[in-house]
Amino acid sequence: MLEVKNLTFKVNENGVERSIVKNISFHVDDGEMLVITGPNGGGKSTLAKVLIGIEAADEGQIILDGEDITSYDINHRANAGIGFAFQQPPRFKGMTVSRLLSLAAGRQLKESECCSLLSRVGLCAQEYIKREVDSTLSGGEMKRIEIATVLAKRHKLCIFDEPEAGIDLWSFSMLIQQFEKIHNRKEESLILISHQERIIRMADRIMVIEDGKIGTLGEKEEILPQLLDKGDSCTCMNCEERA
Amino acid sequence: MSELLDKITEKILRQIDGEGFRQKGAFNLRHNGISLCHGDSEHIKIKKKEDKQGIDIFIDGETKGEKVHIPVVVDASGMKDEVYNDFYIAGGAEVTIIAGCGIHNSGCNESRHDGIHSFHVGKGANVCYEEKHYGEGEGTGAKVLNPVTKIYLEEDAVFTLDTAQIKGVDSTVRKTDVELGENAKLYVIEKLMTHDSQTAQSDMEVQMNGAGSSAQIVSRSVAKGESKQVFHPRAVGNARCHAHVQCDSIIMDHAEVSSIPEINARHLDAAIIHEAAIGRINDEQLVKLRTLGMTEEEAEGIIIDNFLN
Repeated sequence: MLEVKNLTFKVNENGVERSIVKNISFHVDDGEMLVITGPNGGGKSTLAKVLIGIEAADEGQIILDGEDITSYDINHRANAGIGFAFQQPPRFKGMTVSRLLSLAAGRQLKESECCSLLSRVGLCAQEYIKREVDSTLSGGEMKRIEIATVLAKRHKLCIFDEPEAGIDLWSFSMLIQQFEKIHNRKEESLILISHQERIIRMADRIMVIEDGKIGTLGEKEEILPQLLDKGDSCTCMNCEERA
Repeated sequence: MSELLDKITEKILRQIDGEGFRQKGAFNLRHNGISLCHGDSEHIKIKKKEDKQGIDIFIDGETKGEKVHIPVVVDASGMKDEVYNDFYIAGGAEVTIIAGCGIHNSGCNESRHDGIHSFHVGKGANVCYEEKHYGEGEGTGAKVLNPVTKIYLEEDAVFTLDTAQIKGVDSTVRKTDVELGENAKLYVIEKLMTHDSQTAQSDMEVQMNGAGSSAQIVSRSVAKGESKQVFHPRAVGNARCHAHVQCDSIIMDHAEVSSIPEINARHLDAAIIHEAAIGRINDEQLVKLRTLGMTEEEAEGIIIDNFLN
């Protein structure tokens, strides 16, 4: 279980302090899927970065399975059980896809295991495993490989930052199935940052972040109708999806 | 005749001969300026030069998939070893030549090996040449390696030049000259790592003389500490040909890297491209690997290893 207590993150812009994440508290139960949504620039991705340790919280506490991980750096949080899929994953010249997946798994994966992981994110596996994770891969391919790096290992908590971005519709459907499978197993908690209605509909609970604060937080059945109403005016839902 | 090798030699051989050096088939081990042991195979004959230091290697056209090992080990401090090795590869041969030089210097004098190699590659032959350079030893004496490589490719010949300077070489000046005949193909993969106050210079000139010839040159390097690297690959198109030159370097600490790719077209149908990039390790790469549970140092090591491999 993840508990976030009074989390605040500030930046200093030309000598002026500005809060990006403002006194946020929430929890994610074991096996639960929390979808975080809200307008662009509201602080969702920054919150994720604070959770995984890329940014250090100015105030508040992050507790994973009873362990206070607030002072842990990135790798210690990863080793404590947090997995993270970046919105814009980096490229690695000279590193093959299979090598990256093995690093993510924490052990040397067999070719068949790499193929299986890549198939789960909609990539024709054999073709990809020896390719380099460099500029020869498209943004969509990079995104799916990034998601596969999180699927490569069992975590206590997986955080996916806009997993739908740059992914074609067919692969997106496969991705949805993967999230459903993980969710149904109830072995890992999930935080998905998304604007996609299909992802939001999978949630157990939904948290809307606006201007660095929690706008609303509650059960899907309670929050989704409110979002759908707002969606008509395109405040946070994907416009094309709504159309 | 099989020779027993000392521990230093065995250790260096493990570094420079990834395939595993064995006194079997065609091989020649040069140790402190003399040929310690050598062997021929049915299709590959090695002969000692009579007018100067070095060997002639004759690879006949029936050679298919065979490997020749010709490593050099220098472990006498103050040794200056200059050697001329000439390879004559008959048309149709398919061969892998595993060379490389390792210096162990435990003294205070400079140890140096200058390997001057020429390759005469016949029509349609396919040659893969692997060369690793490595230096070690607790002494203060410099470890210097200056390879000169001349490659002449006849019609339809294919040559893959795979060179790597692993670590520990204080100074290197590499000179590579290649001439390509009709439809000949050249692939170059150059990997180089320098650290501390080491210096490395690589000058390469590729003359594409034959119609349909092509060259792909990929150079990747990492410069750490206060080391300095200079790359100057030059691709010259004298006929209908195409070439791609790519130099990528990671710069760290207080190192300095100069990359000066030069392309020269002397024919209307010569298509030559060059790319060069120098930059530090990307922070996003480090962060990604750290989210997989690695420390910053481990992540850095993995990024460099993969970049060079």
